[in-house]
Amino acid sequence: MINLYEVTETNKMIEKENLDVRTITLGISLLDCIDSDLQKLNDKIYNKIYEAAKDLVKTGEEISREFGIPIVNKRISVTPIALVGSATCKTIEDFASIAKTLDKVAHAVGVNFIGGYSALVCKGMTPADELLIRSIPLALSTTERVCSSVNLGSTKTGINMDAVKLMGEIIHSTAEYTKEDDSLGCAKLVVFCNAPDDNPFMAGAFHGVTEADKIINVGVSGPGVVKTALEKVRGENFEVLCETIKKTAFKVTRVGQLVAKEASARLNVPFGIVDLSLAPTPAIGDSVADILCEIGLEHAGAPGTTAALALLNDQVKKGGVMASSYVGGLSGAFIPVSEDQGMIDAVRAGALTLEKLEAMTCVCSVGLDMIAIPGDTKATTISGIIADEMAIGMVNQKTTAVRVIPVIGKGVGETVEFGGLLGYAPIMPVNSFSCDAFVNRGGRIPAPIHSFKN
Amino acid sequence: MEIFGRRDSDRKLCSDIKYAQGAGMEIYMKRTIITVVGKDTVGIIAKVCTYLAENSINILDISQTIVQGYFNMMMIVDTNGCGKQFGDMADELTALGEKIGVVIKCQKEEIFDSMHRI
Repeated sequence: MINLYEVTETNKMIEKENLDVRTITLGISLLDCIDSDLQKLNDKIYNKIYEAAKDLVKTGEEISREFGIPIVNKRISVTPIALVGSATCKTIEDFASIAKTLDKVAHAVGVNFIGGYSALVCKGMTPADELLIRSIPLALSTTERVCSSVNLGSTKTGINMDAVKLMGEIIHSTAEYTKEDDSLGCAKLVVFCNAPDDNPFMAGAFHGVTEADKIINVGVSGPGVVKTALEKVRGENFEVLCETIKKTAFKVTRVGQLVAKEASARLNVPFGIVDLSLAPTPAIGDSVADILCEIGLEHAGAPGTTAALALLNDQVKKGGVMASSYVGGLSGAFIPVSEDQGMIDAVRAGALTLEKLEAMTCVCSVGLDMIAIPGDTKATTISGIIADEMAIGMVNQKTTAVRVIPVIGKGVGETVEFGGLLGYAPIMPVNSFSCDAFVNRGGRIPAPIHSFKN
Repeated sequence: MEIFGRRDSDRKLCSDIKYAQGAGMEIYMKRTIITVVGKDTVGIIAKVCTYLAENSINILDISQTIVQGYFNMMMIVDTNGCGKQFGDMADELTALGEKIGVVIKCQKEEIFDSMHRI
């Protein structure tokens, strides 16, 4: 039977080290809501999501209570709306009306975000895809809880540079549309390479078309737990360091597995995956950058950071894979700047630059995330930053992403405050040399040679 | 412990039921971990155990340490015989804890099993 030491350890992780289940995300397919009449489409979408998710928040709270583990967020992800609206949406406003429906039902069921206002365009854009993309600034500025994502490239298909160019403009436009709110719209918009179909985290969550009708995916988190475990092995060699991370990741992931199976049983929805990510929050003691410091760096961004992050990411996966029957989503270490106090401190100290962050994205599970950049950054420069991340993901056969926020009216050295889990961030300098001629070429970058595996 | 009889082998996972086998019969237990933490005073165990007895909650195991005047106890209990909902029991124990001056938490056993057992 369980002993007192184990019970105390678990409860200490929960109460003092910020161990929590970061999200239960209910993925819902909207393919059966497709209709050529816009009003009927919106009604069907609302009704399906409402019926499926009406007990999600209550169930999450019950599970949280019974096991004594906080379940911080309950969220929904849906089929990419570019597919769902393609038969009926003829204007930007048509697509934006679907965003409003999603927002309305998110409020009705009580989830804090609903993801899937998305298009998958890694090889090419259909007219509907392009229309959805062009509607993103309007959609994100007129809704609260809707999150949007666009998949621009993949290892199999290469990079859609037409879409990359367009997204640079769209990100800029979204920043303009939401400039009264420090360009908050861009915090709900992410572009991907190799986007997973089952990611439970926002802003990039969508319910891929390969998935079943409804699915429960859980994202765990515990940077604080890992950091505390590493404090006990300060100065030890790499073998001990790695084993400690692995064992801790096992325990953290097991919590996610338990919660996922419970939620699945109570909601009568199949269990999908556990996303074993170390996802930081702005809370003190919940930082991935602090883990990097504990591993031995003065600040995240110092030489050795990429290596430290690589080992952290790998050990989290090794420990987590044993702990869960199905692992998926992003699964690794997140490095969002505004959501991690240690990262913010590193930027402020001058230790962490955009270029170093780009190197770090080669070895962790997301990309350039929650980075505030000057509001006057050109759209083509944003596209260049995106293209770089897409290339890293495409060549290394991993997911990469870009979620940058050009804060209109603010420049380097100023701070932008998003609030809540989105945190705050100092605005980082961006290399301002031009890539206009590169971005304006048009077309696709072909898939890399090693993607031809047949 | 009461005997509820056989279940279908394809029943859904249900966190209320802990499947245990003994003497050739299938028996179901609802195991909960109750932790009590706080400054040591006279009567803590007595008061908690009285509540459990009044609510037909059977104690399966108790561990307890006192470190620098702080009382730390864990009880593994079987709530099979208790007619109350988990939430009500947890609320009542929390309130009892506040009266005594300790923090009482109730958690279903699975969270500890899942983290500390392969």
